[in-house]
Amino acid sequence: MKAPRSREPRAVRLLLIGLAFATIALFLLVPLAAVFVEAFRNGAGAWLSAVSDPDARHAVKLTLLVAAIAVPVNAVFGLAAGWALGKFRFPGRSLVLTLIDLPFAVSPIVAGLVFVLAFGRSSPLGGWLTRHGIEVVFAVPGIVLATVFVTFPFVARELVPLMQSQGTDEEEAARVLGAGFFTTFFRVTLPNVKWALLYGIVLCTARAVGEFGAVSVVSGHVRGVTNTLPLHVEALYNEYAFQGAFAAASLLTLVAFAAMLAKAFLSRHAGEEAP
Amino acid sequence: MSIEVRSISKSFGSFLALDDVSLRVGDGEFVALLGPSGSGKTSLLRIIAGLEEPDRGTVHFHGEDATQRDARERRVGFVFQHYALFRRMSVFENVAFGLRVKSRAERPPESEVKRRVTELLKLVQLDWLGDRLPSELSGGQRQRVALARALAVEPKVLLLDEPFGSLDARVRQELRRWLRRLHDEIHLTSLFVTHDQEEALEVADRVVLLDRGKIVQDGTPEELFEKPASPFVLDFLGSVNIFHGRVASGRAHLGPLSVDYPEHPQAESAPASGYARSWEIDLARDGGETGGFLATVRHVSVSGAVVRLELTPDDGAPLKVEISRERFEALGPAPGERLRVTPRKVRVFVGEPGRE
Amino acid sequence: MRAARVTPSLLPGFGPALGVTLLGLSLVVLAPLAALLATSLRGSPAAFLAAVTTPRVVAALRLSFLLSLGAAAFSALLGLLLSWVLVRYRFPGRRLLDALIDLPFALPTAVAGITLTTLYAPNGWLGAPLARLGVPVAFTPLGIGVALVFLGLPFTVRTLQPVLASLDAEVEDAAASLGAGRFEAVRRVLFPELLPPLLTGATLAFARGLGEYGSVVFISGNMPMKTEIAPLLVMTKLEQYDVAGATALATILLVASFALLLLLNRLEAWAAGGRR
Repeated sequence: MKAPRSREPRAVRLLLIGLAFATIALFLLVPLAAVFVEAFRNGAGAWLSAVSDPDARHAVKLTLLVAAIAVPVNAVFGLAAGWALGKFRFPGRSLVLTLIDLPFAVSPIVAGLVFVLAFGRSSPLGGWLTRHGIEVVFAVPGIVLATVFVTFPFVARELVPLMQSQGTDEEEAARVLGAGFFTTFFRVTLPNVKWALLYGIVLCTARAVGEFGAVSVVSGHVRGVTNTLPLHVEALYNEYAFQGAFAAASLLTLVAFAAMLAKAFLSRHAGEEAP
Repeated sequence: MSIEVRSISKSFGSFLALDDVSLRVGDGEFVALLGPSGSGKTSLLRIIAGLEEPDRGTVHFHGEDATQRDARERRVGFVFQHYALFRRMSVFENVAFGLRVKSRAERPPESEVKRRVTELLKLVQLDWLGDRLPSELSGGQRQRVALARALAVEPKVLLLDEPFGSLDARVRQELRRWLRRLHDEIHLTSLFVTHDQEEALEVADRVVLLDRGKIVQDGTPEELFEKPASPFVLDFLGSVNIFHGRVASGRAHLGPLSVDYPEHPQAESAPASGYARSWEIDLARDGGETGGFLATVRHVSVSGAVVRLELTPDDGAPLKVEISRERFEALGPAPGERLRVTPRKVRVFVGEPGRE
Repeated sequence: MRAARVTPSLLPGFGPALGVTLLGLSLVVLAPLAALLATSLRGSPAAFLAAVTTPRVVAALRLSFLLSLGAAAFSALLGLLLSWVLVRYRFPGRRLLDALIDLPFALPTAVAGITLTTLYAPNGWLGAPLARLGVPVAFTPLGIGVALVFLGLPFTVRTLQPVLASLDAEVEDAAASLGAGRFEAVRRVLFPELLPPLLTGATLAFARGLGEYGSVVFISGNMPMKTEIAPLLVMTKLEQYDVAGATALATILLVASFALLLLLNRLEAWAAGGRR
């Protein structure tokens, strides 16, 4: 990319760049450093024992389990939405697109609350499930549901605009050449959007691992049972176990780093997919 | 295999793309569907391929009704305007795709696939590019890959949507001659869509001209050229000059021009227009002859073998005239000079002027 | 028989794909949200009104709206600065700066929450010097504002960046060559182009801030009437088994989200219209 010529005097330019650095440092860099400083305040040994504590390990496992369910569900949903909304025009399409974005706009607390209301013991559905021995609220299924809700739009948002811009020419060509739906989808459509799909999956995973508000409402905070890693962080912090809280937080921060790196890498490839 | 469409209609919302269109393409024929954009030509092609559903009417292949047949079972080769090559597959894989997706029973063994693809790539003179991705090819090369891919499944008919539309002028010329030669070799029933009259007239055995969802003329290039069915056809096939006027008692009076018109012997006059192609007009120094009329040279544009002039008659709209370079040099007209203008051929259509 | 208005009509798989989409959407998103609205409508309008007009609820809503609005505006200003510097200038460290912008998107909110609290606490790296200046941050509305700006920053930067990059700097030159001063060129040429993305980014930041819980709950101190934000009050009411109260307040937040989503759609249409 060609560097745009700048029209401002050198002093103005330097001042603005300096301000930008200061802003980023103050708002983003300092907090990032603080996580690791606090996590290792009592040395690497304390960090290690904090992250290998049984509750912490359980929280990691639960977090991974939730992500392992929520991410594939949303990937499948995103692909279906990409095909239906990206490749076709039909009345009501823009309404569906707006509704898909809804979980982004809704407060995570509201997202958690709706599942408590829908599946809580006082609701007809929740009561019926309880009588059949299935607990949703204050149990793992509720955490999964709330996570699926808040991560719902991620994959679809990446795929719908891309599939729309790629058009249907290649699919029609495959069709005329005798390919069936599945052949067309898996050999033509999917390879064309694979980077964007991965990009969406990375964003979805990062959010699924880090979701706090919605999960907090439905979890019931049962240590060693329904605590995900972010909830574990909160529990330790509220008990003034700061070093332990930041040790767990540092794990989440590493996940965030990995996601940002993957994102930077994938966005370059995903950019090539646009026609 | 022959293609026949009967009374096809298709609308998109309130836009009527095809209005009761019937057409037959004989076995081995090479037909051009010509028309301005929005005339419905691409919709007709897509309906024949099974990519679009007609609102009414039927499509027949070899006399058999194929209207309900899915696109994948019609065995048509389709070449898309923007090639629609699979961007993640190599040239070889693109061409092999149609063979590899056949059902297990029909699928040729991989060695046969390789042989066939190589053969096709040779046919389109691209056998040395098999490993490239479509994005690494030029426009003309992509077009030929698209053609090879369409031919790989041994289609019974070949449909081409603006096959040269996105190529530059020189490649376009080369490729359409090559396509014509290819057709003469393999004699595959072919139908191609174009908005370029020159292309249609040069390549096709027969030209079907569409306007606003209807066929306005169907004939050989000569027929369209010599006997245009309407002012629209005449206008679409090249630059023409229009003279408005009236016709009565077997003679048409069209502005500065007056010609015989025995088809209208009545004394009662009717509005009429005369059309003269810009290259069917003679220019001469005024020697006091009768016939024709005088006009002033306004503008001369010398480009290649043909010289284009713009002249203004004493009464009437500016005229476009094309003469050969030799004639231009012999005549040596300069802007501002008055010349005698004599159309060699004037076609008169009775009725209000404009598109009917 | 497929509706004729689906185009392209003969590409397969539309029905099943739309079916999966709508089923997923209904089960995961719409039905639970409908359950909230149904619960909230089941009570009498008077009870609903009473639940959302208690002084504590009004104070929480006012705090949430005002702070989110202020933080969105501040994020827009900072976003303008950052996107301008990132798009228009070339300097060492630019790519790192650019990559860091996404941090608040990627960092779990609970991590952001405890980190900001520790930093801005009276004994924290940033909180201690500020406290000496007589500006306490943590456990005050200002602290909530800081968390919301942290959260809103990527929204404004990322919506402004592509628009700024697509703007041809030559247009400004053209304006200058026509005799417009630098200030005039910015006001007349640049500002109209940047206004839609600026508003879009700020609206996104506002919507996010209004509902935010994780990064705010630690730094806010959660004093009723003073630093208690609306999402936290929903949580508190739920924990106190005041389901009706929680539902009523959540309904207000939900309706606000809907309204903001519609506003965003309009803004997008406006921006698209302006650019074509």
